[in-house]
Amino acid sequence: MIRARNLCKTYRVHRRPPGLLAALRSVVRRRTEEVQALVDVSFDIAPGERVGFLGPNGAGKTTALKILSGLLYPTSGTVTVGGFVPQERRNEFLHMITLVMGQKQQLLWDLPPAETFAMNRALFDLPRREADATQQELVDLLEIGALIGKPTRQLSLGERMKCELVAALLHRPRVLFLDEPTIGLDVSMQARVRDFIRRYNEATGASVLLTSHYMEDVAALCPRVIVIDKGHLIYDGDLRTLARRIRPEKRITMHFSSVPAPGELDRLGNCVARSELQATLAVPAAQVTEAVRAALGRLPISDISVEDPPLEEIMQEFLGGQPANGGARSA
Amino acid sequence: MSRRFGGEGLRAARHVLRAYPALLRVGFADMFAYRAELVVWLLTMNMPLVMMALWTAVAATGPVGRFGQREFVAYYLGMLLVRILTGSWLVWELTMEIRQGTLAPRLLRPIHPLWAHSAMQLAAVPMRAVLVSPLLFILYWAAGERLPLHEPERMAIALTAIAGAWMLLFLIMAIIGTLAAFVESALSIFDVWLGAQAVLSGYLVPLELLPPWVAQAARYLPFRYILGFPVETLIGLESTSSALHELGVQALFIAGSLVAALALWRAALRRFAAFGG
Repeated sequence: MIRARNLCKTYRVHRRPPGLLAALRSVVRRRTEEVQALVDVSFDIAPGERVGFLGPNGAGKTTALKILSGLLYPTSGTVTVGGFVPQERRNEFLHMITLVMGQKQQLLWDLPPAETFAMNRALFDLPRREADATQQELVDLLEIGALIGKPTRQLSLGERMKCELVAALLHRPRVLFLDEPTIGLDVSMQARVRDFIRRYNEATGASVLLTSHYMEDVAALCPRVIVIDKGHLIYDGDLRTLARRIRPEKRITMHFSSVPAPGELDRLGNCVARSELQATLAVPAAQVTEAVRAALGRLPISDISVEDPPLEEIMQEFLGGQPANGGARSA
Repeated sequence: MSRRFGGEGLRAARHVLRAYPALLRVGFADMFAYRAELVVWLLTMNMPLVMMALWTAVAATGPVGRFGQREFVAYYLGMLLVRILTGSWLVWELTMEIRQGTLAPRLLRPIHPLWAHSAMQLAAVPMRAVLVSPLLFILYWAAGERLPLHEPERMAIALTAIAGAWMLLFLIMAIIGTLAAFVESALSIFDVWLGAQAVLSGYLVPLELLPPWVAQAARYLPFRYILGFPVETLIGLESTSSALHELGVQALFIAGSLVAALALWRAALRRFAAFGG
């Protein structure tokens, strides 16, 4: 469905120090420098796949999505989406994709979202009955029936984002580019949007490419991740494999009915979080069963759970250990 | 190959025709959301009234060229009317969208963003026409016998000239607004344009009252076809044959601007950085 080969994108940016003198100097002589946003990035994405783009701020994730959706021209390299070159912006291609940007909106600001939906229906030349059915289905799924008649400017950020999703999916795209779709949303709203995206993917077989600062989004939605750092693709593969490689351990979280005796916890594993009636241990994956058995035997446990380490920690460790121009790794 | 392109062109044209009413409807609804802004904008259109006061005072002692007091009143009221009906804010919209990256959502829709912008701007015309309709009565008083009310041919030419003026200004604004992809000071370029337009379009002074070489030069530039020409046609300062000829010149400027706007747009898309987000 998506094929990117040796994508490079270089921006030319102006540089000047702060201050009036520097401003005046820049009138006569402008200093520019080139910033490499993407360097030789290649990947393939199959129909129906859900892939997360991960990387620190300015890594090149959004640039990659903008190239894939045809908004930006790559400096070099080739990309096709569903057989189309995105930058040609053919109508068939635009009918096939959508790009949701958490920080940019397509909703008409002073009019109710229903007006944007009606406009998109006309622009995408959708049969009225079909579009109405899709709109109703999406509105019901996101529970925004009461909102779509209010002016967009009077909606909360979360309400707007849900309406953005409806506007973006009305033409039933087969490729979803989602750039920070849950930014600014509260935890429960994030979970609902994630659930919605997964259901859309499962129902339509659409490919999903997602960038998000919320690792929960990626962990919950994307079995596969592409990690980009300073424009370089440094990992492309299974998220669990990456997690196991970076942190080959499990987290055992225990709740106690009374305060455990001093020293008991340390004998079970490395204690990474502790409060009076709760503790989290980091234990090698192979020793989890033994550690749980020992904990249940020795400690006043009221509840116990075993989980993978948080993705934030894994990524922090992974990216922190990377050379600036590290070569690609794969699972 | 050409047949394929021809077929695609026809399909695209049909698509625009089907989508345009929806765009107009949205533009109309949006315009109502900004109705107060529209009224304020109308109030800023007072320069022709200032010039009218000035020139009618000058003409109190005798006509200036072909212009007596009533001709000046008719000219500047016509100017006000055409200015309000053909006014556009595309250049500000485009520069903002390009610089802030908000053009991105428009580029993801299967219709050229200039079509969408044109609908938004056109949707404002009916309301403007209603708001300026009282001017028509004064214009009728000042130039009743000169207005092409009972001459369908001249009326058609005047209305076509006004529609052409709208298109020409829209395309010029599209060209200058698109420059925002290349230079940071596209709006400053438009300020320079506005300065030249004020003189060379007949906005401040009827062109025939300017030094002959300026009036002559203005005939080879697009400014006059945005304001002066439609006003002169409307209040009967142009003969029918001359107006038809000038209509052809206006059409050439529109065609040239369209080609330039589309070429520049294509080049700008390669430069568009879709900043923000």
